[in-house]
Amino acid sequence: MPLGLLKYGFRNKYRGQRYFPAEAPLRPSYDVVIIGGGGHGLACAYYLARDWGITNVAVLEKGWLASGNTARNTTIIRSNYLTPEGALFYEESLELYRSLANELGVNLMYSERGHLTLAHTDAAIRTSRWRAEVNKHLGIDSELIGPDEIARLCPQLDLSDEVRYPILGALYHPPGAIARHDAVAWGYARGAMELGVEIHQQTEVTGIEVRNGRLAGLETNRGTVAAGKVLQAVAGMSSVVARMAGFKLPIRSIPLQACVSEPLKPFLDPIIVSGSLHAYISQSARGELVMGGSTDPYPLYSTRSTLDFTEGLMAHMLELFPFLGKASVMRQWAGIADMTPDFSPVMGLTPVKNYYVDAGWGTWGFKATPVSGKRMAETIATGEVPELLKPFELERFYRLQQVGERGAASVGH
Amino acid sequence: MSGPGNIRLPEPWGSCINRHQPLAFTFEGRRYQGYEGDTLASALAANGQLMISRSFKYHRPRGAFSFSGLDANAYVQVLDRPNVCADNLPLAENLEAQSQNVWGSLRRDRGVLAGHLARFMPVGFYYRAFFRPKGIWPLWERLFRRSTGLGRISEQTAPAECDKQYLFADVAVIGAGPAGLSAALAAAQAGASVLLIDDAPAPGGSLNYARFQRPRGEVEAIRGNLIQQLQQAGGIRVLKNATCTGWFADNWLSIHDSKRLYKLRASQVIACTGSVEQPMVFRNNDLPGILPASGMQRLMRMYGTRPGHKMVVVTANLEGYDVARDMVEAGVPPVLFMDMNQQPVDAECIAWLNSRGIETLTGYTVREALAGPGMHSVKGVEVIEIDGRGTPVGSARRVACDALITSVGYAPLAQLLCHAGGQLIYDDTIHSLKMVGCPDNAFAAGSVRHCYELEAVLRDGEIAGSKAAAAAGFDAHSMAKARQQEDPGGGPAVNHPWPIYPHKKGKDFVDFDEDQTVADLENAVADGFEHPELAKRYSTTGMGPSQGRLSSLNALRIVQRINGKPLAGTAVTTQRPPYKPVPFSLLAGRSFQPERLTPMHHWHLQQHAVMMPAGLWQRPAYYGRPVQRDVQITTEVNAVRQKAGLIDVSTLGGIEVRGPDAAEFLNRMYTFTYSKQEIGRTRYLLMTDEAGSVIDDGVAFRLAEDYFYVTTTTTGSDSVYRSMLRRLSEWRLEVDVVNVTSAYAAMNIAGPNAREIVQQLESDIDFSRGAFPYLAGRQGRLCGAQVLAMRIGFVGELGYELHVPSSSALSVWQELMRAGENIGLLPVGVEAQRILRLEKGHIIVGQDTDGLTFPGEAGLEWAVSHSKDYFIGGPAISHMKESPASRRLTGFLLQEPGGPVPDECHLVLSGEKITGRVTSVAESPTLGQVIGLAYVAPEQAVAGTEFEIKLGRGGRVRARATTLPFYDAENLRQRL
Repeated sequence: MPLGLLKYGFRNKYRGQRYFPAEAPLRPSYDVVIIGGGGHGLACAYYLARDWGITNVAVLEKGWLASGNTARNTTIIRSNYLTPEGALFYEESLELYRSLANELGVNLMYSERGHLTLAHTDAAIRTSRWRAEVNKHLGIDSELIGPDEIARLCPQLDLSDEVRYPILGALYHPPGAIARHDAVAWGYARGAMELGVEIHQQTEVTGIEVRNGRLAGLETNRGTVAAGKVLQAVAGMSSVVARMAGFKLPIRSIPLQACVSEPLKPFLDPIIVSGSLHAYISQSARGELVMGGSTDPYPLYSTRSTLDFTEGLMAHMLELFPFLGKASVMRQWAGIADMTPDFSPVMGLTPVKNYYVDAGWGTWGFKATPVSGKRMAETIATGEVPELLKPFELERFYRLQQVGERGAASVGH
Repeated sequence: MSGPGNIRLPEPWGSCINRHQPLAFTFEGRRYQGYEGDTLASALAANGQLMISRSFKYHRPRGAFSFSGLDANAYVQVLDRPNVCADNLPLAENLEAQSQNVWGSLRRDRGVLAGHLARFMPVGFYYRAFFRPKGIWPLWERLFRRSTGLGRISEQTAPAECDKQYLFADVAVIGAGPAGLSAALAAAQAGASVLLIDDAPAPGGSLNYARFQRPRGEVEAIRGNLIQQLQQAGGIRVLKNATCTGWFADNWLSIHDSKRLYKLRASQVIACTGSVEQPMVFRNNDLPGILPASGMQRLMRMYGTRPGHKMVVVTANLEGYDVARDMVEAGVPPVLFMDMNQQPVDAECIAWLNSRGIETLTGYTVREALAGPGMHSVKGVEVIEIDGRGTPVGSARRVACDALITSVGYAPLAQLLCHAGGQLIYDDTIHSLKMVGCPDNAFAAGSVRHCYELEAVLRDGEIAGSKAAAAAGFDAHSMAKARQQEDPGGGPAVNHPWPIYPHKKGKDFVDFDEDQTVADLENAVADGFEHPELAKRYSTTGMGPSQGRLSSLNALRIVQRINGKPLAGTAVTTQRPPYKPVPFSLLAGRSFQPERLTPMHHWHLQQHAVMMPAGLWQRPAYYGRPVQRDVQITTEVNAVRQKAGLIDVSTLGGIEVRGPDAAEFLNRMYTFTYSKQEIGRTRYLLMTDEAGSVIDDGVAFRLAEDYFYVTTTTTGSDSVYRSMLRRLSEWRLEVDVVNVTSAYAAMNIAGPNAREIVQQLESDIDFSRGAFPYLAGRQGRLCGAQVLAMRIGFVGELGYELHVPSSSALSVWQELMRAGENIGLLPVGVEAQRILRLEKGHIIVGQDTDGLTFPGEAGLEWAVSHSKDYFIGGPAISHMKESPASRRLTGFLLQEPGGPVPDECHLVLSGEKITGRVTSVAESPTLGQVIGLAYVAPEQAVAGTEFEIKLGRGGRVRARATTLPFYDAENLRQRL
């Protein structure tokens, strides 16, 4: 029994440790305002205060904290990206994640379960090898493995060649992890709050005033706020908010659904992804199977669930794990994925001076939470885009210098 | 323990069970007896076994609560089926069930240790600890993972065969209780086809057990009458034992029974889903033996049993009085009856109970249940007087009992209405949740709309049924015009506003699934999780398998009171599908994994082809034994180079493009120009996306001024066709496109002997060199079949691609094989074809290109027209021409023949910088050396330049850039 809990147990009165500040009035002006109280916005607020001493910061959240895609993602963390730009970026995120629990003082239940991207075609084998080669060259633990090794890591998989899409190999990424998504956001919120950042829930930005190409102020449902600099970190609504600031983002917003099973005694250790079958699965600390697939086939801002999704996904789950027929789906939900043409994020400067963007997080936002927060904080504090983020600037689309992440896989989890 | 045996109340109690059909079953290794019609939980209750499971966190003994399959505390393991609701599971002869989530046995669960340590496990305790020092968490995690989860999956479970069925109805009615029955009858009477969905074995819902403040006989008569009408009415289909689990967009409902998923499209839907009785919150309110009035009534009326001998009733409403009357009538009167109100709701009944010697208390509540040994049962309750605001006053008193019946109100089972777009908010006039914001074609009736009085419920259902029928276009009678009451719950209060008595020693559970107590919610709020959604996520209240059905209402009350905020108007946390868990097998149904086979598929198999997947298709990789793979492939390559080979290319997409604007359409879709293409000629097709990246290629054969036959890559056919349709709708050109991929099969006959072979076949096409030159296309007949013949050369030899109707393809193929038999014709698979095209330097889109390949990078500038106004990707390509290229596809040879050979996707380096990768590599039988294609930096692409390739296992090989093609640089072979 850890000491911390013993102390709680023997104290007569519960001593709360607030994660977020109590409701407080909105002040008329801040050095930095962050639109969006999800993981990314909160992380950026935290690093602004920790690394740059910028504490006159407000995070504005229109609903409750971390209620958007932070609450809806399937918590997979990995860095085995196809492009060197992507792989290095996510590798820094992984490094930050590894020590984040101790830094924030919150158990994020960061669990390195190993990540297997199954290849069912020789084209998928080729892509897996490509990813593995790039990863290894950059020092990232990643390898193309064959069926024998897959059987050792996940003996539950149906590895026979009697199935429609036999498993030919897999990209194995031992550091692939899952974590408690809410706790990441809460931990950052508490860290930021303790350093003096304000967090305002139920505070919606309704207008962005721009004068002569410079940010002038924000309208909210609680009044006008002046800000030296503003970051938008509103995955799922990025193009809508950017439009308020008067510029366009190359983003299509598409629903991405997921579901969980009822709690089961743990039997599945690694995270399994199948691109050909558009399916991925891991088993959470609660024993629930967390499952998802590819994005819906149409752009939409609705987070309604569909029956097609669970029907299709369960058919594929049973292809991979034929014995799962008697497990049950307990809950399904949807988030909105902001998809860019090159399946890579958009970070950095915008056409509006002093207005910064953190967007285009498609299906890969959660895993980037620490690094995007840290590096966007650096960008805002210095006004300079760090080398690590340069490949992901909005401006790349004007120059057609896209990041080649699209070739990686149709299921990018 | 020896239970009392299968003890039942006298008839007519137990309407569902057949006392002539005893069934033996096993629970936790012990034999019991129940009756046909029992559920596992009711049969166990009749045997005195109320404890069914252990809770998730503290391993506290738990039992069924509602006896209607709505709570996770009745979950058991039935052989390899995890998480089965014991109060929903029909008893069967020799049924074998086990408790789950126990460490040891249900009776002696070593997991109770967790309960003793509860004080050290405050809300969210796992966020606070187990991570210091850094690196320790994985060790703790291993321990936690051992204790998490509920039921157990067996890896031996065989796949189940479940099917699916589509259903249609004018009006779907969910729930066959009084509201549902009357709604279904009203809708059917108006002429609508009605589907009535009910999750019980027999319709009736609460009519099967409740008494609605009247003699039970009257309810039976009403029920009988409704059932009779149901049987006589035309146009109503009843789905029994079927649960509606989701209400999706446009009234698309998912319904399932134990074997089948039904997918229903209904014009109108009426939710008559009822409500679920809510628990009271007090210390030890989770003990087996504490159940709500409706659970008690189900147990007595339907299964003829009861949870104890000395029972106490505590109520805040008339339903509690009904239970007391039932108990007296059944000969098992309560030892104590308490009304929580300051004045008795039914003074007459109090007097009646008193006259029978039953003690009654008014203005009293239960504040704590006293646990028997091991917390397995109730041994008493502590009761205390409360004032008008519900605050305990005076001193508590203990009453011995072995069961407690509570009746403090309901929460609507409005989950499905929430799926449809509604929202539940707290209404403090009814102290319950009320539905707002439902779409127009969603109706509701009965207690889901907090309508409880029987006559009102029946009328509510009738109005809803008539309105739904009218909305579906039927001539409903005058009822359709009647307005459903805004607030039908005008009768006596049903819900107590605050049935919550926190205890300083805790164990006052708000959520039974997750073992969350009042203090847990208080502490969650103290930690800053003030918003009810955040409190839910932090404490996990409502996140278990019951999905908050029994906890959302009380949790909302508690959180808002701690916040000091008004309850009225507060929304409960979002409800998401499914309403109840749905087995994977039912959702999956039969596995329909489409697989496409060419007409020659079985011929290939007879020739011992080793097949490989290509998109949805199967294609021959090579012919012969796997052990001789390389030899076979080489033989096939040599056949094409020296004699002739026949390749099945049916998997290529085929699209017919017709209309006056056909050429203009292709001009815009593809990079080349097609307006000047001559009739009877073929031309290469290269497709790019808006960003100028190569996404597909093929060949266009112009058959007429306004008619092209267009091929696509195997995997690209669907997306190319889809994108053509989309563009057509945008551009509004006069063009029709038809996907004829399956209508045509195709074969490529290639090699120096190809002409001689085709000329042997009966045809009206002149295949002679002069009449049918390279890149020409001809249509005519071949072996009696219609044929599109194209003289193109992917593999770099004299060859013809022959597209014939699928029905004739096999015979044409066989004729060709026969004709070529004596001059070296062999069937050739994909592997040889890949080598042949590589020798010729032809790329494969998807292998030698990636998501961001510009035509220029892949050596395809020649296929891009710059004289056109526009094509998809054109602006991007023009733009890119102005900036320096970052890479280039080049051919390469290895510097050290006989050394290690790189694999496809091994990296090309310049120093330590990645400049590209190998995209194709093979040992060329024709050239006798390893050849390949690779992306390299532009300066590395200059012929003769040496560059390094990093091998997968480490180590590097040196390669030399070379011009393409490797084979027949003068292109003489294909023009033979």
